[in-house]
Amino acid sequence: MYSNANELKDLCDRSGKKIWQVAIEVESEYNETTIDEIRQKIKENIDIMRQACNKTLKKEIPSISGLTSGMAKKIFSYMGKDNAIFSKEILKSVAYSLSCFEVNTSMGKIVAAPTAGSCGILPGCLFMLAEKINAVDDDLINAFITAAAIGTIIEKNATLSGAEGGCQAECGSASAMAAAAMTEMLGGSVEQCLHAGSMAITNVMGQICDPIAGLVEIPCAKRNAIGVVNAILCADMALAGIECFVPFDEVIVAMYEVGKALPATLRETGIGGLAGTPTGVAARRKIFGE
Amino acid sequence: MGRGLFGILGPPMIGPSSSHTAGAARIGLMCRSIVQADIAEVTFFLHGSFANTYKGHGTDRALVGGLMGMQPDDERIIRSLDVAKKEKIKINFVKTDLGNVHPNTVEAVITSKNGETASIVASSIGGGEINLVSINGFHADLSGNYNAIIVRHKDKVGMISKITNMFEKNNINIVSLSNNREKKGQTAITIIEMDGELSPNMLTDISKTADIYSVSNINKI
Repeated sequence: MYSNANELKDLCDRSGKKIWQVAIEVESEYNETTIDEIRQKIKENIDIMRQACNKTLKKEIPSISGLTSGMAKKIFSYMGKDNAIFSKEILKSVAYSLSCFEVNTSMGKIVAAPTAGSCGILPGCLFMLAEKINAVDDDLINAFITAAAIGTIIEKNATLSGAEGGCQAECGSASAMAAAAMTEMLGGSVEQCLHAGSMAITNVMGQICDPIAGLVEIPCAKRNAIGVVNAILCADMALAGIECFVPFDEVIVAMYEVGKALPATLRETGIGGLAGTPTGVAARRKIFGE
Repeated sequence: MGRGLFGILGPPMIGPSSSHTAGAARIGLMCRSIVQADIAEVTFFLHGSFANTYKGHGTDRALVGGLMGMQPDDERIIRSLDVAKKEKIKINFVKTDLGNVHPNTVEAVITSKNGETASIVASSIGGGEINLVSINGFHADLSGNYNAIIVRHKDKVGMISKITNMFEKNNINIVSLSNNREKKGQTAITIIEMDGELSPNMLTDISKTADIYSVSNINKI
């Protein structure tokens, strides 16, 4: 049992196990399920996420509100072109996350990871990396378990809710989960995984939740995209040996404190930030006729 | 342990918001489970964020989808309003202020084909979790995460122990129990969440007990 990152690291260090190994054993013990059942259930969730990450790459599906569509398709056809600054892999990862998010806003089937508003980041990162390194299904299941373990620690000691902590708590947490999982997939140590996660949250600390018209859509889709890039950057930094000065457990508490200090207008109320701009207000009027 | 790994990686759901679609679908399922009769008409009184964003978030479709028996990850939810129309169920949405309740709260007033009406108030409290606030004006406190029964009975000494004795006899563990009444000596309502489920025989035994007016079985959702 672990209630913070330090305890998780201790358990890993003492047993010589990776994060996913410790996490699945703890889950099995406390929820009285077998390890096979847990892996099977993760696999089912992965199948749903994989479909969502591919669904709008070649076909536009407009959102329910009618405000957005076609972003995944645009990036997917742009990636690999001569002008593109990011590598094809990074842009593919972004395209996956946007596709997953577009499925979400068009009332398709997704898996909250950790929330619906941040659902594209984790699968976008992990599916890309699994393809890049030819990981088998079992490796991918392990990576999702590691990511979820990081999420449980944030939920327990801080918050994953935009209404409580702003976007940093949703997309920031998803980014930290993805960064840690990718670091582990690439052979990083437990310590490096935690550095990657800490840096991912540090990089977006203070990010507000200001959805236009109060809808989980704008700017959430693009914050999923930057969440992917942030996670990739932090995994690479950690694997290169860069450390986060403040340890993970302290970073997430700081994130929580920052979230609580944000005014309510910047916490998923659809009032401040982009939602409060003339364009944001006009969009609300158009959708709701107010 | 909190919600564990699947509280983070999950639930599988129809987007775009766990509170506005997954939770709403579960509220619809809860209504269906409580009413257990063919439905003729439903009016959803939407409060707070539900009232302000229900169209853009598809909360209307999720509530109706649940009412039609669709799970939170059922891809038919997007077409639920058409399904209801085909089945000749009249659906109305009204924006309202339900007072001091959670921002994502709805009151469903349901009329069955047999003429009975029910009023159910429930909140979507985040991550797809819900809380049933009241049924027909009686305070209730149900999560939908366990099987439950709602027992309407006379308000008098010893009724709760009669009911809980039957749980003990059948070796069923009680998770939560709440009881409240209309007026002293009149109708009271006891709501029990349990591990496992009641057998049909046990349900019959409870409903045949003296001074028990009705028993509704609510399946976990």
